[in-house]
Amino acid sequence: MNLKDLKELIDLIRGTEVAEIELQEGDFRVRVRRVEGTVSSPAPAPLARTARPDLQPGHEPLSPIGEDEKYFLVRSPIVGTYYRSSSPDSDPYVEVGETVKKGQVLCIIEAMKLMNEIESELDGRVVEICVEDSSPVEYGQTLFKIEPLQNPV
Amino acid sequence: MFRKILIANRGEIALRVIRACRELGIRTVAVYSEVDAKSLHVRFADEALCIGPADGALSYRNIPNILSAAEITGAEAIHPGYGFLAENAHFAEVCESAGIKFIGPFPECITLMGDKVKAREMMIKKGIPVIPGSEGKIPTERDALEVARKVGYPLIIKAAAGGGGRGMRVVHREEDLARCFQAAQTEARACFGDDSVYIERYFSDPRHIEVQVLADEKGKMIFLGERDCSIQRRHQKLIEEAPSPMVDDRLRREIGGAALEAAQAVNYVNAGTVEFLLDKDHNFYFIEMNTRIQVEHGITELVTGVDLVQQQIKIAQGRSLDYKQNQIRLRGHSLECRINAECPEKFTPSPGTITEYNVPGGPGVRVDSAAYSGYVVPSFYDSLIAKVMVYADNREEALARMQRALSEFIIRGIKTTLPLHQKILGDPAFIKGRFSTNFLDRFLSGQLSDKSSLPS
Repeated sequence: MNLKDLKELIDLIRGTEVAEIELQEGDFRVRVRRVEGTVSSPAPAPLARTARPDLQPGHEPLSPIGEDEKYFLVRSPIVGTYYRSSSPDSDPYVEVGETVKKGQVLCIIEAMKLMNEIESELDGRVVEICVEDSSPVEYGQTLFKIEPLQNPV
Repeated sequence: MFRKILIANRGEIALRVIRACRELGIRTVAVYSEVDAKSLHVRFADEALCIGPADGALSYRNIPNILSAAEITGAEAIHPGYGFLAENAHFAEVCESAGIKFIGPFPECITLMGDKVKAREMMIKKGIPVIPGSEGKIPTERDALEVARKVGYPLIIKAAAGGGGRGMRVVHREEDLARCFQAAQTEARACFGDDSVYIERYFSDPRHIEVQVLADEKGKMIFLGERDCSIQRRHQKLIEEAPSPMVDDRLRREIGGAALEAAQAVNYVNAGTVEFLLDKDHNFYFIEMNTRIQVEHGITELVTGVDLVQQQIKIAQGRSLDYKQNQIRLRGHSLECRINAECPEKFTPSPGTITEYNVPGGPGVRVDSAAYSGYVVPSFYDSLIAKVMVYADNREEALARMQRALSEFIIRGIKTTLPLHQKILGDPAFIKGRFSTNFLDRFLSGQLSDKSSLPS
């Protein structure tokens, strides 16, 4: 088992209900356990300093269409903490594959104790959720990739 | 000591604060607008967050985003630099309520010194010399006429909420007063949202002398000599030096004393600068107090050996000043040239990509700059590229050193004011130290009529 395998193991239990997993391979044995209350990355996490991949150097990202030309990128309009549901016990606002309508709430970004609802600007299908629950987001950070619906509902 | 500080600024001053923090072992958080993603301050900070688009109002002056950035990164304090939110009392207040330490004076102090009329009134009350003028705001033209007769001509009408040379009118004769009064009010209303104006005597050949002050939260205050900032164009400083060639020890003690009294009058805390006007007879008059670290702070650091930004951080931490007044000694002479991304003749901005950048070095040279080869100078912010500072044993050697340093400074791809500085340094009046705040205007119009144009 190497580091890559270990990382895959950790990724495996992340996002599931599995609390602990133990693996034995010959002489090698490893146990990965999720500690209660720290489901997401610990705050405050140092944010990546490198230029974000969806920003071209010297260009201003005016259009919400990013690398995948056909997708609409929902970007954060403020600095804060991203939450995928209205409370820890509630269902997430949206899931991958779900169809959303214009004006529908996609997520919450909390800033200085104020909850800001982020609404969809178009009808479409959620192709990707680009941030993890409870993680810090900066201005302009891509939150969702949405495939616009050809025929609006 | 703070564990983490967020720097609410950009460019060379953000870098300056990061340097002070790094030496103190404090982690740094940089914030940047989308066009500043490749800035040096972003590169050298421990963490960085994008807080908005290019527009300063939506990024570097975006209070909610900046505070949110401090919250999510766990920054305990914010250093505002200069400009942007540095003298925004509301921002200082909001930081306080959010439990984040604002590295600077308390909000009430920013407000008080920000109102030029109130500040003046306070100085008069404390017996600090001020320029002869109105005792407060002037509501009507008739009041203006009355005050003008007491103050005498020439006089200047200034905006109470103003600064940076805007909302001002010089009046030489009584016939022009009514017209100028109205014009000043209109401009003040347009620029600052407040048409309150006041009147002062106007001096024809004054020098701008400012005193650096440091104060801790325990009430201890010291001054760190003066700076001569008379070389200005439209009230924008181009060249500064410390100490002033016009100030001797006795005058230094008097002006320093007055500066301390001014700071004490408002219970000042942290770093600040008290600005004075020095007339031909060496009388000095209070102009205003800047409640922030200033662009030209470096030359004071060079002649005193005191790291002013580190002192700011320590003061904000609640520590006593590291120095007593009798430990502050001025040694040698320092000069600073502000190199801007502007055409040296017309002063029009020259943003773009710097294709070649070689910074001067060698003995006694300090360059504070956030530019580099390949850097794209944005058009959205101030045009300062670099502050070239020199230090030497005396003014003559400092001048020679600055000439030498400027000759080594290579900046290609954009226009800069570098050639202008080289010319000024060769001017006989400047070399003799004989200049007033009118020097640069006269020098520039002399250059134009001289037909020998500056190299483009």
